[in-house]
Amino acid sequence: MSTIESTLTRLKQARQQHTRRRQAPIVPAQNIAGQALVIVIAIMTFLSCLTLGAVTLVRDSANVWQTQIAREATIQIRPDEGVDMEAALAGAAGVAERFDGVSEISIVDREATARLLEPWLGSGLDIDELPVPRLVIVTIDESAPPDFAAMREALAAEVPSASLDDHRNWVDRLVSMARTTVTIGLGILVLMLSATVLTVVFATRGAMSGNGHIIEVLHFVGAEARFIAREFRRHFLLTGIKGAAAGGLAAIVVFILFGWWSSRNMATPEAAQATALFGNFAIGASGYAGVVLIVGLISALTAATSHFTVVMHIDKIDIGGADHG
Amino acid sequence: MGPEILRDISFHIPKKSFQFLTGPSGAGKTTLLRLLFMALQPTRGLITVFGKDRSLITQRELPLIRRKIGVVFQDFRLLDHMTTYENVALPLRVRGREEANYRSDVVELLKWVGLGERIHVLPPVLSGGEKQRAAIARSLIEQPQILLADEPTGNVDPPLARRLLRLFIELNRAGTAVVIATHDLNLMDQVDARRMVLANGRLDVHD
Repeated sequence: MSTIESTLTRLKQARQQHTRRRQAPIVPAQNIAGQALVIVIAIMTFLSCLTLGAVTLVRDSANVWQTQIAREATIQIRPDEGVDMEAALAGAAGVAERFDGVSEISIVDREATARLLEPWLGSGLDIDELPVPRLVIVTIDESAPPDFAAMREALAAEVPSASLDDHRNWVDRLVSMARTTVTIGLGILVLMLSATVLTVVFATRGAMSGNGHIIEVLHFVGAEARFIAREFRRHFLLTGIKGAAAGGLAAIVVFILFGWWSSRNMATPEAAQATALFGNFAIGASGYAGVVLIVGLISALTAATSHFTVVMHIDKIDIGGADHG
Repeated sequence: MGPEILRDISFHIPKKSFQFLTGPSGAGKTTLLRLLFMALQPTRGLITVFGKDRSLITQRELPLIRRKIGVVFQDFRLLDHMTTYENVALPLRVRGREEANYRSDVVELLKWVGLGERIHVLPPVLSGGEKQRAAIARSLIEQPQILLADEPTGNVDPPLARRLLRLFIELNRAGTAVVIATHDLNLMDQVDARRMVLANGRLDVHD
């Protein structure tokens, strides 16, 4: 056999091998409807993940507000007639010190009190000229807070001009505000996820409608329903993963960019305001886990929709309802 | 419910028989074939397929029974994203057969129907006649017990029509019952076979 002939034979064999390995998939690769489906899934996943991130951020910030306020209590000494303010301050600090759950006590000194009042009364204030109440700040061990009622009673007995503010009113208001905010956020997340589910279901069905003839041909050449459903499920699972992963990744990139931006602008007043409200734009591990969950759910939803569309189409053929010639 | 297309029809297709189903356009030939292929359910009446009452056949059983039936659709029903070879091999592929076990059979059948040079071509590139031969090859690949062909020579010239007819006759000799729906009188005159004539929703059988 000549060299040319043997080369041709090898090429022919290689071609046959190639054909054997690479049969066309049962469900054709992406058409325009399929590409549109990937884009729709990517956009809806992106928006859902952003909503989830925002809700996580609000929830974490609400927790921070609550814990920061609840971490401190204040003892206020009223400047009544005949009260030795310094003795009363020391007395109140002494009372507070006796209680378990108090981790630190600090008396707001004259200079600090003057600085607190400076925005209203101006600089150069002589604090002794005015009947200004003074404060003792009690830092609390959050895990085992002191008995505020007992502390209040002890203060009333030993330092009559003192009153204890455990910030309960503020904390209660903040807790209810934080709960409302998180509830609203969760409501928005539920709406967003519902919209995503409906959009993905209808977009998948739209993409499937162009494949009706394939289902019919497969069914008529003797393919079992579960074989056809499996082929479509696999195809649309891949489509779903492609779109959802793109959307989820884009959302994660946005989170990282925001985190980076906020940390870079930490020194500016605007960033300080934003940080006070939203923390530092870090969504945390639970947020990222949520993104992964949404990506998985949307991919599974796409596959499940294609599965049920195939099953319904086959049912329709078998009861003779489909128009096939 | 639509108009009544077929009524008071009663016939039997024996094993290994050969018959033409004929009648004017719109007489109900395709509808009758669809009923035989179980792609349609009759509004009333009894259809028995391989000894089983059609109305008692479950959805799970349907594909297994359809595997005994070869169908040539009037509009070919080839999948455009698959080559001629892949379309013809499709019934074997969906049964989970290994390609190595059927490849030579498919190639041989394609050569036999004159598509040996068009094995790796996609259907949109094929002519009407070539599509028809590919559709016929797909219906024959599993050597069905019965072949239902809807106008199988409608898109081919007379010499090729005769060749395809010989193909069906050979298939019949090998043991397959054949039903060819056609209104081509020349084709029917070439074979002395049973004629089932549909007209006005009724069927006359001429043995």
